[in-house]
Amino acid sequence: MDAIFLQILNGLDKGGAYALIALGLTLAFGTLGVVNFAHGALFMLGAFCTVGFNKILTLEKVALDPTKMTAWGTPLEVRTPYVETWFGDFGAFLVDYSVPVSLIVVIPLMLLVGIAMERGLIRHFYKRPHADQILVTFGLAIVLQELIKHYFGANPIPQSVPEIVSGSANIGSWFGLGDSLVYPWWRLVYFGFSAVVIFSVFAFLKFTTFGMVVRAGMFDREQVSMLGINIEKRFTIVFGLAAVVAGVAGAMYTPILPPDYHIGMEFLVLSFVVVVVGGMGSLGGAVTAGFLLGILQSFSSMNEIKSILPGIDQIIIYLVAVVVLLAMPRGLMGRKGVMED
Amino acid sequence: MSINDFKLDRRLLMKSGLIGGAALATPMHFIKDAHAEDFCNMPKGKSVTLGFNVPQTGAYADEGADELRAFKLAVKHLNGEGDGGMINTFKPSSLKGNGILGKKVEFVTGDTQTKSDAARASAKRMIEKDGAIMISGGSSSGVAIAVQGLCQEAGVIFMAGLTHSNDTTGKDKRANGFRHFFNTHMSGAALGPVLEKEYGKDRKAYHLTADYTWGWSQEKSMRQATESRGWKTVAAVKTPVGAGDFSQYITPVLNSGADVLILNHYGKDMVNSLTQAVQFGLRDKQVNGKNFEIVVPLFSRLMAQGAGDAIKGIFGSTNWNWSLKDAASQAFVKSFGAEYGAPPSMAAHTCYVQTLLYANACEMGGTFSPTGVVKSLEGFKFDGLGNGPTEYRAEDHQCFKDVLVVQGNEKPTSKFDLLSVVEVTPRSKVEYDAKMLGGSLGPVNAKPC
Repeated sequence: MDAIFLQILNGLDKGGAYALIALGLTLAFGTLGVVNFAHGALFMLGAFCTVGFNKILTLEKVALDPTKMTAWGTPLEVRTPYVETWFGDFGAFLVDYSVPVSLIVVIPLMLLVGIAMERGLIRHFYKRPHADQILVTFGLAIVLQELIKHYFGANPIPQSVPEIVSGSANIGSWFGLGDSLVYPWWRLVYFGFSAVVIFSVFAFLKFTTFGMVVRAGMFDREQVSMLGINIEKRFTIVFGLAAVVAGVAGAMYTPILPPDYHIGMEFLVLSFVVVVVGGMGSLGGAVTAGFLLGILQSFSSMNEIKSILPGIDQIIIYLVAVVVLLAMPRGLMGRKGVMED
Repeated sequence: MSINDFKLDRRLLMKSGLIGGAALATPMHFIKDAHAEDFCNMPKGKSVTLGFNVPQTGAYADEGADELRAFKLAVKHLNGEGDGGMINTFKPSSLKGNGILGKKVEFVTGDTQTKSDAARASAKRMIEKDGAIMISGGSSSGVAIAVQGLCQEAGVIFMAGLTHSNDTTGKDKRANGFRHFFNTHMSGAALGPVLEKEYGKDRKAYHLTADYTWGWSQEKSMRQATESRGWKTVAAVKTPVGAGDFSQYITPVLNSGADVLILNHYGKDMVNSLTQAVQFGLRDKQVNGKNFEIVVPLFSRLMAQGAGDAIKGIFGSTNWNWSLKDAASQAFVKSFGAEYGAPPSMAAHTCYVQTLLYANACEMGGTFSPTGVVKSLEGFKFDGLGNGPTEYRAEDHQCFKDVLVVQGNEKPTSKFDLLSVVEVTPRSKVEYDAKMLGGSLGPVNAKPC
């Protein structure tokens, strides 16, 4: 029972990341009709915004101590963090909370990156075949990866969670299930965070005038344009929003998985499967499929299941994708006419 | 005389025979390029080219960059530049600081990408296009075994870099290949007594194992080492290489009844699985009345940096560590640190040592021929390269030396000071019969390219 409960939790936090990336992908596809293979790179950029923010916060004043020498005969460096020297306890607090605080930087930066990407590159490919869009965005993803590798190296860079949520929550005791049912606090935070972001995006599209216009544009772009609304401009902002969703998903994921330059690619392929299973262009489908596949992936890696079906954890997502597409060719919640030309 | 007038008489036959005999009897070295090539990429000019095949892209790029730094330093020292590093401590040494056999050492590099096919392609390019006479480097056993096979076929020497699987000098060993790095059997043999001393005999272990040649080899060795000391193996679960999020593999550990988790992972997988195991509170758990423990059989300082605080107090083994106090290690650290501003990793150390050992073998045999190099290296006993007295065993081309058991530093004094050496396991405790791991060296390939 404990094992099942834990795998559901695993699936939810993993599914949260899949759902956030797939949501951004679907937003870009649903509005601009662009298959954005650089979306994983946006997840990675968000993660590295947090890494960069932490690096700035932990910048140290380096002084040489001539009385002590390194093993290679140079004076020993004495390092003192600037932020703690200048701000004392508040500085230490900032360093401790660097991951959530970094969102203040990540959100505007990713919005800018998204808008710049759309205006600078993507818009030239609106009327080109999907294959061209895939090639150019995939190329862009590789360029972004290599830039990050150049500046941050190839090894993963660990990020700490705030001290207050550094341990594990004794979930078993909450439900009277015993002490062995524990789960890391930060993963619970991540699940909650992804739920908040998903609901915020839905609420934004559902309850604001801007969202209403975007939804109308997604349904019939020409009709909305004929009403004198600059739908292109709004779609550009939606692309920026998609980049923000991917960016914050990456930023908050850094304590779970130390980011390296390749982290976006690891999520991208799975997220495309999520989008296809959910149904191209369906926001609800992307979120549902994200959580569904996350949970299925977790269950398939249980020893009891692997002993019956060895290697099932490696193929479960693709197996489900095949079955869903055979039974429901448009995915779980796909709309008629999307990518069927 | 028309062609019809040609007659083969006795006088003509004797003249022709004499001329032909004289030509055959003439020493071949009087004839330009008579020995066009006795063996593959035989150096003909004033320089000799070595090929350094390291991961320059991909997950091990940082490790590859450190290997490349070490190779460059070794070339510098071989050519008589810099402070000489471990050439000054290496004994018995035939190195003169004037290149190899008087020829200046030059090098070319390749990118293994930590993929066997890419590594073979780059090694092939260095051998066929750049004329490399020896290939070295790498940071994966899969790559090492693939490139070793290629070098054997091509007829050049392969001096393996970081490769830890038993198979490299076990079932996949080749006559043209040599490994200085230790292997999983040695890790198990060194760690076993330390784990028994620290955690006792009555333990239940859960293995998470990277699903490829090195992981299988490491798991087998650790199971042998721990089960022979009374430990029980609760489960051994294979995990895909590069899984990223290991949470679905870690959560079953919580209810398995195990009180030790052995992570047969390396590189990014080790960083991720260890960090996540700590996040799941495994190190704070009490199981079977004992503290839950985590063991990482193969530790690397570069990887430890990635795992951050998670490595504190965790036991593992390593081929070499920059904190060693012997004269050779200190000479190398000084030389490397002065050049690059950071201490060398164990991958850098083994690559540097392998380059020096190859050069020395050429000097000893007075030849670049693979046959001569193999003859010089087989059974070669040496000291002063940072691992104490060491021998290249003739039967399997594996170096035998002391093995270090290390523990993650609780209070690091610098960002490099991550591992403490807690035990130096003597060679006699980690040595095994060459037949145990199977395989056959086969004949040395010294044919022309």
